[in-house]
Amino acid sequence: MSFQPVKFYQTGTFTVGNRLLPPEQRSVQSQEKRYNSINSGHRACQGCGEALGARYAIDAAMEATNGRLICANATGCLEVFSTPYPETSWQMPWIHSVFGNTAAVATGIAAALKVKRQQGERRNIRVVAQGGDGGTTDIGFGCLSGMFERNDDVLYICYDNGGYMNTGIQRSSATPPAARTATTMAVGPEPGNVFGQGKFLPAIAMAHEIPYVATATVADLRDLEAKVRRAMEFQGARYIHILVPCPLGWGTASHDTIRIARLAKETGVFPVFEAEHGEVKSVLAIRRQLPVEEYLRPQKRYAHLFGKTPQVEVIARLQALADRNIRKYGLLEGN
Amino acid sequence: MFQVRIHGRGGQGVVTAAEMLSIAAFDEGRHAQAFPSFGSERTGAPVVAFCRIADKEIRLREPIMEPDALIIQDPTLLHQVDVFSGLKPDGYILINTSKTFAELGLADLVRGRPAERLCTVPATEIALRCVGRPVPNVPLLAGFAAISGILKLDSVTKAIEDKFSGKVAAGNVAAATEAYNTVRKALEEMAHA
Amino acid sequence: MLKQMEGSRAVAEAVALCRPEVVCAYPISPQTHIVEAVGEMVKDGSLSPCEFINVESEFAAMSVAIGSSATGARTYTATASQGLLFMAEAVYNASGLGLPIVMTVANRAIGAPINIWNDHSDALSQRDSGWLQIFAETNQEALDLHIQAFRLAEELSLPIMVCMDGFILTHAYERVDMPTQEQVDAYLPKYEPRQVLDPADPVSIGAMVGPEAFMEVRYLAHAKQMEALKLIPAYAAEFKAVFGRDSGGLVHTYKADDADTIVVAMGSVLGTIKDVVDEMREAGHKIGVLGITLFRPFPITQVRAALQGAKRVVVLEKSMAIGLGGILAVNVRMALSALPIDVYTVVAGLGGRAITMRSLHALFRKAEKDDIDPITFLDLNRAVVDKQLERERATRRSGPAAEAILRDIGVVAAKLA
Repeated sequence: MSFQPVKFYQTGTFTVGNRLLPPEQRSVQSQEKRYNSINSGHRACQGCGEALGARYAIDAAMEATNGRLICANATGCLEVFSTPYPETSWQMPWIHSVFGNTAAVATGIAAALKVKRQQGERRNIRVVAQGGDGGTTDIGFGCLSGMFERNDDVLYICYDNGGYMNTGIQRSSATPPAARTATTMAVGPEPGNVFGQGKFLPAIAMAHEIPYVATATVADLRDLEAKVRRAMEFQGARYIHILVPCPLGWGTASHDTIRIARLAKETGVFPVFEAEHGEVKSVLAIRRQLPVEEYLRPQKRYAHLFGKTPQVEVIARLQALADRNIRKYGLLEGN
Repeated sequence: MFQVRIHGRGGQGVVTAAEMLSIAAFDEGRHAQAFPSFGSERTGAPVVAFCRIADKEIRLREPIMEPDALIIQDPTLLHQVDVFSGLKPDGYILINTSKTFAELGLADLVRGRPAERLCTVPATEIALRCVGRPVPNVPLLAGFAAISGILKLDSVTKAIEDKFSGKVAAGNVAAATEAYNTVRKALEEMAHA
Repeated sequence: MLKQMEGSRAVAEAVALCRPEVVCAYPISPQTHIVEAVGEMVKDGSLSPCEFINVESEFAAMSVAIGSSATGARTYTATASQGLLFMAEAVYNASGLGLPIVMTVANRAIGAPINIWNDHSDALSQRDSGWLQIFAETNQEALDLHIQAFRLAEELSLPIMVCMDGFILTHAYERVDMPTQEQVDAYLPKYEPRQVLDPADPVSIGAMVGPEAFMEVRYLAHAKQMEALKLIPAYAAEFKAVFGRDSGGLVHTYKADDADTIVVAMGSVLGTIKDVVDEMREAGHKIGVLGITLFRPFPITQVRAALQGAKRVVVLEKSMAIGLGGILAVNVRMALSALPIDVYTVVAGLGGRAITMRSLHALFRKAEKDDIDPITFLDLNRAVVDKQLERERATRRSGPAAEAILRDIGVVAAKLA
């Protein structure tokens, strides 16, 4: 009697956590003994991209360190929804200090751990720091840059939802052009956030020539896990910037979080790549390029672009930005 | 309590001089307190440092406004800063110059002051010769030890070795010895004159 | 061992004897010499194991200290003036989290106008931050207080600022008795944290607390500070047993027992005041001194006990509550509530203005006759202030006041005091 061989392959549905894969390729989340570092029962909104990203990223880091991980967390949605005492979701040593100092707190933890190892501590405990885009690109930028340039042994993860969602959706330096927030109102001759402002922190991180910089989205969670795992192979400062749609702030359906994240990547609005020591090493290629309009239209923060008179010129400018990303990072190569 | 005020310019080792003076006094078992004029002065700006020497604990923290001795490390300050402010009538004056008090135009100012407490030392020249750098502070300290008798040359030498090492220390010890001897000789000549 | 050395160096060596495990540093005058010296000891291996981290700001310095202290490392930093304000958010956070960080504050004025010289505005701006604050009178005391501070901080799980007058102490060379490593080891036990970030026993530190418990958590911070009032005298006594000298404590009186007039002050100016008091005592004046070593928690009972026999109290402080008067004086008044004692506030020495024996003699003699204003500004040049006020009345665009005042005074670089 002959057996038909079982074929292991992705189904093309972008399903994550495929239990048919060989164990070493499976998602951390597919394992019975996953870490659940951020436990269920927290208070994140339905469809929260940040909660999803944090769960995958931190569990992957826990897996990579055998659970020997300490987390420093910036003020923000993630901190608030995961913790009010005594209902902390964190099944790991976790500290929140203030909004703008998370990278420095992580530096202090890493320094203390280094001394403890010199004193005979045998566990190799590592440090991860995390915050939203406000806590990272704006108020925490000084401490982050300091941590980078000293090459302190910290993995910093930024969950970028393009604004201060915790305080009611205000603009940050990661808010994209034309997006409406409570402080970039959809009124006046140029509604929404202005063009020509803001910063792309992964590029700034790369300019520090730290060992590892990567971007990811919650649409490609296996890619995110792989990048966290890769990051934990390096000593020194590492940075992962994850695009995490915010249904409340972006005006999208809760069930569309992953789809919107995927559209950000497939339109070239958000380049997904990894870099080592300041040089891009690989990109996650666009599978099927889509016009930015497909990404913009489902989001109410761009609704003013699609009114009675569609803002064709503004959409074209956003398309040009996406096209520039595609050229700059070679996002169509390899297709 | 004996109070010394040192005037000079940033880069001339004014603060170091006061510190070494305090170390020398400490080595002789006395209490000493040295402190700078607390400025954010850059190289070349007028700088003041202070040193108090006493046989009991020094609690006073005010700047020295009525010194028992003045050490002037840079004679160009004479026309810029009121260096003689508050100097006691019988106070010591030590100036880094190869000129005399009269040649510096100070004859009127020092008239009536005890001559054996007035002294000029070419400290910069001595330092250049012995240390290779124009830092007059150490030879002036030795000159001060010689003219005042407050400190032994030995203690100044020890203070030098506390602050410096190697060739710099050796050079400074040579400079100190030369300055000390120059001043002692001048004083002896004055006594015989 | 007796040594003649700079105050900053003495503090650095004392800190090193306490075996700190993480030291973070950002340069600001007049504190910088301290961390430079500690850093050198780390770099040459004489202080090991210890991580010395050059951070990018004071805010980062305190934040690094928070991270390392929460990970169980004995942590030290130092700052002054603008630096203390720049880290203020993290200063409150460190005490709120109950992290026993020891920090030297080399006291310096706060701008604007920018001023690098000594007064107590910086430390006193953080008086309600939840940190203990102790003020050193001499470099010997500064050195000793650091050793006591680590012990106290770690026992209480509260951070401590050891305050010493910038330049006047930090940059002064004077005699200190440097303890041995054996003495410090005998006095200071290993740091056993109450809470620590450890994967073996994970805790969440610093999560949100709502109205249902915030008051209680805050009250606890107060209650723990008050415990220090009992611990400090005990630790000072133990200190004396190990090191053989009196250092620290809550308050110190000097010739105050029979005094009609008692001068209250903090820090190095106490030395000058004592010299004046000695001279006045010789001339028959009944005057004494109360030095306040511990400012937070404020030793109300001890201050009251020390002052209650006086007819009047002159609080001489290097700080000012703009729009009110004094800061220290307000605290002293609270200790004297309901007692029939006149309390005079004397603001002195702001921004490094020398506090001279001559001025103090005149002040105290007038105070004895109750002939000074309730709020007096020692050696204030009233003429230039009046001139500036007149200028502002006459001209709308009167320009920067500080510059105008300096032009009125003339060149000051040539003046000594």
